[in-house]
Amino acid sequence: MNNIKVFLNGLIKENPTFVLLLGMCPTLGTTSSALNGMSMGLATMAVLVFSNFIIALIKNLIPDMVRIPCYIVVIASLVTILQMLIKAYAPGVDAALGLFIPLIVVNCIILGRAEAFAAKNGAIPSIFDGLGIGLGFTWALTLLGACRELLGTGKVFNITCFPEQYGALLFVLAPGAFIVLGYLIAVFNKIKKA
Amino acid sequence: MKKLKSTLPNMAIVLTSIALIAGLALGYVNSVTAGPIEQIKAKQLSDGIKAVLAADEVVVETPDTLESGAIIYQTDKGVAVQATDPNGFGGKLSVLVGFNEEGLIQGYQVLETSETPGLGAKAGEWFQKGQKGDIIGKQAGNLTVSKDGGEVDAITASTITSRAFLRCVNAAYEALSEREQEDAQTGATQQIKEETEVTNE
Amino acid sequence: MSKLTISLSPHVHGGDSVQKNMYGVCIALLPALIASFCFFGLGAVKVMLASVLSCVFFEWAITKFILKRDRLTILDGSAILTGLLLGFNLPSNLPIWIVILGALFAIGVGKLTFGGLGQNIFNPALAGRVFLLISFPVQMTSWSDNVFDKIDGYSGATPLSLMQKAILEKDASILNDLPSSLEMFLGQTEGSMGEVSALLLLIGCAFMLWRKIITWHIPVSIIATVLVFSGLLHLANPIYANPLQVIFSGGMILGACYMATDYVTSPMSHKGQLIFGVCIGLLTVVIRNWGAYPEGMSFAIIIMNAFTPLINVYCKPKRFGEVIGKEAAK
Repeated sequence: MNNIKVFLNGLIKENPTFVLLLGMCPTLGTTSSALNGMSMGLATMAVLVFSNFIIALIKNLIPDMVRIPCYIVVIASLVTILQMLIKAYAPGVDAALGLFIPLIVVNCIILGRAEAFAAKNGAIPSIFDGLGIGLGFTWALTLLGACRELLGTGKVFNITCFPEQYGALLFVLAPGAFIVLGYLIAVFNKIKKA
Repeated sequence: MKKLKSTLPNMAIVLTSIALIAGLALGYVNSVTAGPIEQIKAKQLSDGIKAVLAADEVVVETPDTLESGAIIYQTDKGVAVQATDPNGFGGKLSVLVGFNEEGLIQGYQVLETSETPGLGAKAGEWFQKGQKGDIIGKQAGNLTVSKDGGEVDAITASTITSRAFLRCVNAAYEALSEREQEDAQTGATQQIKEETEVTNE
Repeated sequence: MSKLTISLSPHVHGGDSVQKNMYGVCIALLPALIASFCFFGLGAVKVMLASVLSCVFFEWAITKFILKRDRLTILDGSAILTGLLLGFNLPSNLPIWIVILGALFAIGVGKLTFGGLGQNIFNPALAGRVFLLISFPVQMTSWSDNVFDKIDGYSGATPLSLMQKAILEKDASILNDLPSSLEMFLGQTEGSMGEVSALLLLIGCAFMLWRKIITWHIPVSIIATVLVFSGLLHLANPIYANPLQVIFSGGMILGACYMATDYVTSPMSHKGQLIFGVCIGLLTVVIRNWGAYPEGMSFAIIIMNAFTPLINVYCKPKRFGEVIGKEAAK
């Protein structure tokens, strides 16, 4: 029961993108389409689940004063492993996100959850926390990517909704990411209040 | 289990062992994935060469990298040259161009681009056969956009990308002719050598 | 404003109001408006009407249905002015649906998202223009011929793109194709509707200065900076255009007199306004000469709009009786 609560917490109440406003670099950088956003979210989730699990397991072995370097070594290794796996078995994803995968290392969501949750809780709840936060991140990025793709190119997941020449290019470019994210946060707050 | 104290030996041992384990894990994954990654890279390259030469099967000889940075892939069906221009609209632009025996453009593929989606990124289709900026079958070397007095129509509202693209294509052709000149020279010296040998006899 | 006399109430009201200033600017724009109708014909009338009407409509619809405010703000003239300025920034052959999208962005995103008139960070008309320029670059840079066009079917090359091409190819002879600075001053060039006649815009600007709607600080500092900076470049290397041609081309006069001087998005003190103007001038020349887009005025003003709160903080006038610096530390 408690684990489910932990899981749901990350989805909405502590949504990393719309509430905690963490990990803005991948949020703004990779969401030029719904598919890119979703792939980035899932890749981050994979790293997050494993890093939370491993750190929760070894948390008592780590002396307090060197905990941050230890966490970073664990996270960086996981990201590198993920990158090699993607390069080897999913070249399509690699072509779209290649540049951003190594940046998962410095995504503050992962270090933040290691510090705020995994270092204080057991291994199983940590997995659920990783899943919840990861899925929260994924749906936020997918939604942001879908909005930008729709407004910018008239498509969602490459399915055409209206002819491409009516799309406003701005939304696919960097300023569009900021504008759409701002409006999504506003809408999210409005819904949460209601 | 109690938490380890932050004494110097404790910290050193824990950090070292974590780094060691991480290193071992990375080494193992690398050894597993190195093969597939190489295969995929090779396949992407040969797919690209096949596409630009419009051939189903090609035999690629060892690539030849020139000083200008261009890479020449000699095949049994023609030559593919990879050339790069640093001054696209969004940065580096890298194009693979295929030439047939007469040195005319057989096909091309944009390998690396950071051009604006919807504008400069159209370069992948714009210059293909039957499109507005068709360069297929043309003689490369000094292709320019119509705005600069050339014969190629630039991508609408993306003249800078179009210029960079054509610079790539021209550079590829130059690399090709440069190599041919070298070949001709070495061939010629060999012939002279043979002749002198003959006279010596 | 030579001396400020502080006295007890009752005070006489100066008669200044939002309406009065906004409609004053609109009147100042009239000569240029009529000229652009004459130059570009029916297309210009359509674009301008669409721009003004949709700006007013979105202002009304958003305040009523989304913000649910009772007070109507459409009559204060600010939406009409935004529509006019937006229209001046568009080519006269722009499809109407793009004009409407621009108006929606200008009023919805540029203005009302921040809370409406007085709270917007960026000049709404410029926000709309920059949005359209980035989103629909093809349509936004296909200019229609104006009636004074010398060569038929010669479209696309505005003086600005010629200037940039000269720099790109390091070839000063390209600049010979430019119209003379006198022609540019009177208005025989291509471009957006408000970019064509520097003379009429300056007449309107003089009217605003006379009615004390704006002060001289921002326009003069922008134009002087551009004149000096591009003059130095021109002297150093002739591939950079003649400074007079630089000033009378593109949206320079429109931006300097009507857009940068927007009350809400420019600094309050005169010192701040001078800093603001000089920075806009420098940025404009830099973007025009070495940037990706031929016109830098709108980007420069938008960038400096973002710096306005910072400039306001550093150029705060001294409060009466306030002790500053070392004295205060004691």
